[in-house]
Amino acid sequence: MTVLIVGEHDNTILTPSSLHMISAAQKLGGDIDLLIAGEGCLQVAQKACKIEGLRKVLLLDKPELGHHGAEAMGEAVVQIGKSYDYIMAPATTFGKNFLPRVAALLDVAQISDVIGIESKDTFVRPIYAGNAIVTLQSNDALKVMTVRPTAFSAVSVGSGTATLENVSASFTARSSVFVDRSAVKSGRPELTAARVVVSGGRGFQNAEKFKMIEVLADQLDAAIGASRAAVDAGYVSNDYQVGQTGKIVAPELYIAIGISGAIQHLAGMKDSKVIVAINKDPDAPIFQIADYSLVGDLFDIVPQLIQSLQDLKT
Amino acid sequence: MKVLIAVKRVVDYNVKVRVKPDHTGVDLVNVKMSINPFDEIAVEESVRLLESGQAKELIVVSIGPLQAQETLRSALALGVDRGILVQTDETVEPLHVAKILKVLVEREKPDLILLGKQAIDDDCNQTGQMLGALLGWPQGTFISKLVLQNSEAIVTREVDGGHETLKISLPAVITTDLRLNVPRYPKLPNIMKAKQKPLEILSLETLGIVLSSHHKILKVAEPQTRKAGIKVKDVADLVHHLHEEARII
Repeated sequence: MTVLIVGEHDNTILTPSSLHMISAAQKLGGDIDLLIAGEGCLQVAQKACKIEGLRKVLLLDKPELGHHGAEAMGEAVVQIGKSYDYIMAPATTFGKNFLPRVAALLDVAQISDVIGIESKDTFVRPIYAGNAIVTLQSNDALKVMTVRPTAFSAVSVGSGTATLENVSASFTARSSVFVDRSAVKSGRPELTAARVVVSGGRGFQNAEKFKMIEVLADQLDAAIGASRAAVDAGYVSNDYQVGQTGKIVAPELYIAIGISGAIQHLAGMKDSKVIVAINKDPDAPIFQIADYSLVGDLFDIVPQLIQSLQDLKT
Repeated sequence: MKVLIAVKRVVDYNVKVRVKPDHTGVDLVNVKMSINPFDEIAVEESVRLLESGQAKELIVVSIGPLQAQETLRSALALGVDRGILVQTDETVEPLHVAKILKVLVEREKPDLILLGKQAIDDDCNQTGQMLGALLGWPQGTFISKLVLQNSEAIVTREVDGGHETLKISLPAVITTDLRLNVPRYPKLPNIMKAKQKPLEILSLETLGIVLSSHHKILKVAEPQTRKAGIKVKDVADLVHHLHEEARII
């Protein structure tokens, strides 16, 4: 039994998603290898050798893979992964982009967004925006799947002794050409990995008032999230969006402020450990899933909350 | 330029689905069905290409039961020229859909294929990428902006952490994100006109396609329900609960 995990990284840093996928792969048993494909990513691979639970780290360093274009990634992963029993990538925009190409080229199905592994061929995944959970048995010899990182715990880094191996691949497909990438910089924890997420919705009324949430997030060392309504209204950029069409988060504490709780938003956060909802509408659907509900005007409550947290620290 | 758009008939996004008591699936009897919202955006984008003179012909395709004709008619009412229904009552997986679309692409020879990034029922997010792979074409997924120039598509993609811009030579496969556009409503005269537009119904047999299932559904269950929470009276009460009881802050 062998598992290949395709690691997500930016040629400098490996995202924590691989650590979560390794513990998912451990449920299958067998040897687990991590593929680091990119350009100038030797250091990423070297560091990855310290991750616990890995047999090998495979380094594929090619200019074609510098920006992880789907066409080249698809071809590379097929060539390296076809001798394995499982190929896994994180269910992030990175993995979702190329892994279905891998599955199609291997003529197998892809199992998307796996949240549970019941046996070697039986997997659990959400459908209908998380309103139903399906258990399915795959009959493909080689199983290709994207894994939801927040559904599995992370393995630790430090005492791993994986060997580093260089691998190669060739490319034939017509590819898209990378032009540029605009990233949103922030000093906060990454949204999908944060312990606490403070999320705002349309209740904030405008982008200026939405900034209030930053002060609250600072007090909690939290990541900032947003509902689709807040993103569409232009309060924050879309990479803050939590929901079916944005990011899936499962922090220890999720504080939803001025968010009504549409199905598509709930799909992105209802697996949080503790949910706090602050909303002036007592009938807002968010209150049905909140552990702690506070009805009231967020413009009164948020400053009070910030003050209380400050008092708590001193 | 010829554009092919693929649309799916799904449960309306406002419907709260119920799992069947025997756990074989979700109850779709008497439930409102609509065009998948991401596909509606793909249709709108193609109509805009037609209106700006960049596209010459739009063809919309759906795969599914006979009722999917309604979904195709709704796309025709928005300005698409003609429709194709590949009729089947079997459950089709994304790889099946990609294989069927590939056959249609070879028949119709479009320059651009537009699909939604995912269907809101199976939430797979696979079909466009699989079709690109089977055709050996480049792809632009999760796009929020599309500009066509000199037989190239310049697309802005929504990726974790920001945006990415790619230049893609045509023919190519493109999948739409919600932010690409706001679909229009069909006007009554256009709905009437759409009834006269050509809609071809094909079967898998006539296309020479045999489907084999890649997995078996063992169980469909309700997600775990969260136990009812409590109402707190004010901020001090909330902080007390989070600090002293949940011990989370």
